[in-house]
Amino acid sequence: MEIKRPVPVVPAPIWKEFKDLQEWNELHKQRQTGDKHSETFETLTEGLHQFPGGFVLTTVTDNFLNWARKSSVWPVTFGLACCAIEMMATFASRFDVERLGMVPWASPRHADLMIISGTVTIKMAPMLLRIYDQMPDPKWAVSMGSCSNSGGPFRHGYHVVKGVDRVIPIDVYVPGCPPPPESLLNGLLLLQDQIAHFHKTGKKAPPTEKVD
Amino acid sequence: MLTAADVRSRLATLDGVTIAEGDSPLTVTVPAAQWATIATRLKDEMGFGFFSFLSAVDWKEEGLEVVAWIDNTDARLSVVLKTRLGAGGTTCPSLAEVYRGANWMERECFDMFGISFEGHPDLRRILLPDDWVGYPLLKLYDVDTPYPPYR
Repeated sequence: MEIKRPVPVVPAPIWKEFKDLQEWNELHKQRQTGDKHSETFETLTEGLHQFPGGFVLTTVTDNFLNWARKSSVWPVTFGLACCAIEMMATFASRFDVERLGMVPWASPRHADLMIISGTVTIKMAPMLLRIYDQMPDPKWAVSMGSCSNSGGPFRHGYHVVKGVDRVIPIDVYVPGCPPPPESLLNGLLLLQDQIAHFHKTGKKAPPTEKVD
Repeated sequence: MLTAADVRSRLATLDGVTIAEGDSPLTVTVPAAQWATIATRLKDEMGFGFFSFLSAVDWKEEGLEVVAWIDNTDARLSVVLKTRLGAGGTTCPSLAEVYRGANWMERECFDMFGISFEGHPDLRRILLPDDWVGYPLLKLYDVDTPYPPYR
């Protein structure tokens, strides 16, 4: 019997093209510089800043806006494996992530944080990338647990992505297998610092230390 | 009621069939050529209607071995069917015509071991991506094969 070659019936999705991937990468490098204010706004705030005593107003406003920004991170509900159980516990009432202004949101288009909670398989990686691409800028990613940090106990499996940072850029690595909700909360607080840093300087802070 | 001894005596008359000791389950090793016919007899004549699973074992130099577990739920009997494909052999008759449950199991077996089941209606990869190269559960498969950018 002649074996049918595995022919994909669905037309190849656009993110499969390596060219698109490169383009996206270039785009992301540009995005690292952050949001640019309009020129009028720049001159206005600059003038206010140079005015005697004016810097108090600008820095206080800046601090306030920064506090507001970092206190309303909406993570997209994206559970991959057992870490997702701990993530759900973090979202639930006992650990209550909502006091940090986080609302677990079921659409990537309204979210600005993605918690990669679990093993990323090679088959899942393009979907993960697609969901990440659907999120508006500026966006953040937390790698939760050993599996998504480095592959973890499944590192030597044939189907496991050896670290999700091969697929998307990561800002905070949370170690653990799985990390308890306290660990994830600590990671989210570290992420708040990173968000504040980004909005202050316009540049993303280097990701936290990666622990397998 | 059918007993394990009945099944044993009925199968023992067939050529090339060896039955290991122990009745639960009955471990029946058959030649690859008789794989489908013996499964048909077990189903039609002895009431083994429940197909539990099908998988394979890679015995390195000795080649691949296909294993199927089928049950007779009325008589509470289980049979483990085994067949050796021989060194380098990758073809095995399909059970998909006998048991519908074998369809996806054989696709998975093809996916992981590269065994082509002759007579299978739709033999293509079921779990791995369509563009996957190689059969990952073979002992020869190198798990560190580059798969950019993921591995």
